[in-house]
Amino acid sequence: MDGRIKIETRGLNFYYSEVPALKNVNIEIEENLVTALIGPSGCGKTTFLRTLNRMNDLVPTTRVEGKVLFDGQDIYQKNIDVVELRRKIGMVFQKSNPFPKSVFENAAYGPRLNGINNKSKLEEIVERSLRKAALWDEVKDRLKASALDLSGGQQQRLCIARSLAVEPEVLLMDEPASALDPTSTAKIEDLIHELKKNYTIVIVTHNMQQAARISDYTAFFMLGELTEFGATEVIFTKPKKKITEDYITGRFG
Amino acid sequence: MHQRWKEVLIKHIFLFFALASIFFLLGIVIVLFKEGLPIFRIVRIKDFILGKSWYPTYDPPDFGILSLILGSLWVTFGALIIAIPLGVSAATYISEVAHPKVKEIAKPVVELLAGIPSVVYGFFGMVILAPWLQDVFNLPTGLTCLTASIILGFMALPTVVSISEDAISAVPFSYKEASYALGATKWETISKVTVPSAISGITTAIILGIGRAIGETMTVLMVAGGAAVIPRSFLRPVRPMTATIAAEMGEAPVGSDHYHALFGIAIMLFIITLGFNLLADHLATTFRRKMGQ
Repeated sequence: MDGRIKIETRGLNFYYSEVPALKNVNIEIEENLVTALIGPSGCGKTTFLRTLNRMNDLVPTTRVEGKVLFDGQDIYQKNIDVVELRRKIGMVFQKSNPFPKSVFENAAYGPRLNGINNKSKLEEIVERSLRKAALWDEVKDRLKASALDLSGGQQQRLCIARSLAVEPEVLLMDEPASALDPTSTAKIEDLIHELKKNYTIVIVTHNMQQAARISDYTAFFMLGELTEFGATEVIFTKPKKKITEDYITGRFG
Repeated sequence: MHQRWKEVLIKHIFLFFALASIFFLLGIVIVLFKEGLPIFRIVRIKDFILGKSWYPTYDPPDFGILSLILGSLWVTFGALIIAIPLGVSAATYISEVAHPKVKEIAKPVVELLAGIPSVVYGFFGMVILAPWLQDVFNLPTGLTCLTASIILGFMALPTVVSISEDAISAVPFSYKEASYALGATKWETISKVTVPSAISGITTAIILGIGRAIGETMTVLMVAGGAAVIPRSFLRPVRPMTATIAAEMGEAPVGSDHYHALFGIAIMLFIITLGFNLLADHLATTFRRKMGQ
């Protein structure tokens, strides 16, 4: 690794009640690159993603051990403001979840939380975010329409725009294209490629080709452990471990 | 052969029971209109609804029910001012803030309020609330519009809380998750996403609460004061439609104009509550469609 480390975990363990879901995960996520998390269902990749912005705090009876360093600062320390943290680390979910509000209000939600109420300022942010999410041209005439009337792919890009509107530094994406058709998926992938210039992206995906296409680094999880981690082309061409190769070549899943 | 006979018989018996409730309802509506419509041969509908004096036993009598309609509306409006903020806050607390163990107890207890007979509420209003209000505001009588509003507000509370809570709990977790992920606090999430997303369900709850309040009879008969005048203050007695029917039906000779006039009031009340119920039903359907995406 030669770039700057944005997020790093040290000895990260995670438990649902007393059942371990992550075991001693150590990883370094580099700035302005795309890191893909792959692995079979239930391997802990989504759980891992959600420890990075403390979304798991919302799930009762969970417990974290170890450190998650964001710009060198442990985010699980007591003095960390979770609200502040989540504004810096945005998240896009597996199932698109726009609010039952207008397209405009969805994109303006985060800025409004930050106290921006000036109409022209909001319009400017909304337009910029929608453009970044490659959605502006499709929705510029229907900003007042309900977000729930958009197509599935548009809804997901709106969710991305909504995250971008608060200008995060990191974008966590949990299988953002798993529920979309190939055209929409291609749009999201192009978008990710575009976004990594300005953002650090961590993406969970089930789709091996997708990981190979869009990521710079790939982390392979098995049964809560980080089995192998490295540059994507290495993982996909010369994996060190047999089990990684078996998974990538589709021998199990 | 014998077996088949039994099947057919059972089917018809159940059909009869299923239709019985519809027939009873239909019968009630028919009687209501049959007994109520003759009053409009004596007074015009407009004069009946907008007439300011209700002197059914004078000679000549006055059959204007505006004061009664306004009495009902004032009392119901007052009840809502109490039931909406209290009910929606309670529902929000139970659904979003309370510890699961508290929720487990709080919701059934609030719903239990619906099981108390209205005469008990009325009794409580007469014996405790009315003297206290009379004392506090230095009134000639404690049986006022305000007294009725407060009691009715509490009576509507179980409906408002229970249905609002259902609506708020039904808001998908993914909405809240999205809000938190954008750096919203718990309070911001509740006030800007969760409650607004449940707004049609909450509206339904409020409208059903209105239905409960406007149709309530025994309580208003006991605590509203019973003065058939156009209401001018919450601190004066009023006479809602329901109380009028209940109080006067026993004295009105069957088939008299007074008797028909009381049925006329019942028709008005029926139309008002039916309207509210249809509105609630419509909103509930919209709500389900919106959430079921």
